[in-house]
Amino acid sequence: MSYLSVILALSFVLVAVVISVRENLELEKDLMIGTFRAFVQLIAIGFILKFIFEMEKWPYIVVMIGFMVLAAARNAEKRGQGVKNVFPMLLLAISMGEILTMGMMLGLKIIPFQAQYVIPISGMIIGNGMVASALTLNRVKAEIESRREEILVLLGLGATARQASSSTLQASLKSALIPTVDSLKTVGIVQLPGMMTGLIIGGVSPLVAVKYQLVVMLMITSTVSITAMIVAYFAYSKFFTERHQLI
Amino acid sequence: MWMQAKFLLEKVGYEVEASGTQGRQRILSDVGITIPAGQIFTITGPSGSGKSSLLYLLNLLRDPTTGVIFLDGQNMAEMNVLEVRRKVGIVFQKPFMFKGSVRENLLLGPKLKGSESRYSPEDLLEMMGLEREMARKEAILLSGGEQQRVSLARALANEPDVLLLDEVTSALDADSACSVEKLVKALCEEKGITVVWVTHDMEQLMRVGDNSLLLIDGRVAFTGTSDEFKHQYFPSKREMNTELFTDGRL
Repeated sequence: MSYLSVILALSFVLVAVVISVRENLELEKDLMIGTFRAFVQLIAIGFILKFIFEMEKWPYIVVMIGFMVLAAARNAEKRGQGVKNVFPMLLLAISMGEILTMGMMLGLKIIPFQAQYVIPISGMIIGNGMVASALTLNRVKAEIESRREEILVLLGLGATARQASSSTLQASLKSALIPTVDSLKTVGIVQLPGMMTGLIIGGVSPLVAVKYQLVVMLMITSTVSITAMIVAYFAYSKFFTERHQLI
Repeated sequence: MWMQAKFLLEKVGYEVEASGTQGRQRILSDVGITIPAGQIFTITGPSGSGKSSLLYLLNLLRDPTTGVIFLDGQNMAEMNVLEVRRKVGIVFQKPFMFKGSVRENLLLGPKLKGSESRYSPEDLLEMMGLEREMARKEAILLSGGEQQRVSLARALANEPDVLLLDEVTSALDADSACSVEKLVKALCEEKGITVVWVTHDMEQLMRVGDNSLLLIDGRVAFTGTSDEFKHQYFPSKREMNTELFTDGRL
């Protein structure tokens, strides 16, 4: 693909801009900024990845992953406004998702410890962890708000904060896991996932691409479960005092 | 006659974070009262006077900002919260039923505690004047009056010493409200349970309350027997209703 093709692809954004103007959505500025940022960010990451792949030294890999985790936690933090100490909690949850899932993949020798494998796959783990933690956080807040009456009755009966939040935790974890479970059910029928599509376009045999995609999907399931569980368990406690009082 | 104090409140104040930029909002100020054991103590006052907040303090659903509350002579700030809540049951204005049978609802308190109640769900229903067979019914399908009585029974399953009632009859029809009043009076007389009852209804206050507290803007405006309350605020035997809070006498 030539650079000219990439530039010509900008016409796709123009379609969105035209729709925005026609329908009075006032999204033109955001679309322009978004497109500019996507260009700058992707070109920058292209150079950074090229540099790291060529150096092939573990400290660069760790720094890169650390940066990705920080950016993901910062982004998910927006969903947790009003929740105390939300950033360290998200940092911990997303890091744990990455450490445990990547640890399993390396430990079971599913992938080798090489930058070209570890960094893109970490990107997927961290990205999915970010979405799962934002979803969980949002849901915990909404559930606690909508179940105040139920929680007060339970606390009044002598329940601990954990017991009184049991339904909240269940609902929040379910809502974080449902998109992953749904995509497991429909993959290959409704959608061909990005990674597999990328490999096929890059000339890899579809059967090899499928093998990678399966590993990735199972890995995402693990990441989402770990991250959502950590966020849910930390987040609910922020809505109670140490004396089991609903804030 | 000297009565043993169940609760003793000394200079109790309670504040909350106000929404917006108003800083802190004072809900209760300098409340000093004694709630005698084994009696029905009613709390009344206009909306927003701090009645429900006071009830929450007695169950440790909230902690006072200033002052001390003693329960059976013990400082509540130093007591185990969960034990207090099992000893001091609370029933809210709107009955809340959990999904499942009436039986499951009635076993909830003991299940949370990890123990068994002295009363079976059927015994509790009978105590509330409901049929024993109701235990098998789906709780959310009961009428409002039945749900409120099941809520009372659910609080009693923990075998509390104190029952806190937050306008429990305000959403019920006159017959259901009357039967709840009779039940609570019987519980107080037969089992020696101390009842703290928040009500807006002046006639109810006179019917059920041994002692009463009137709160205005979070401060004690009156405390004494319900008869004294009547003589002070309704000397001409005029109709007792919530006019008291709106007709300029307070």
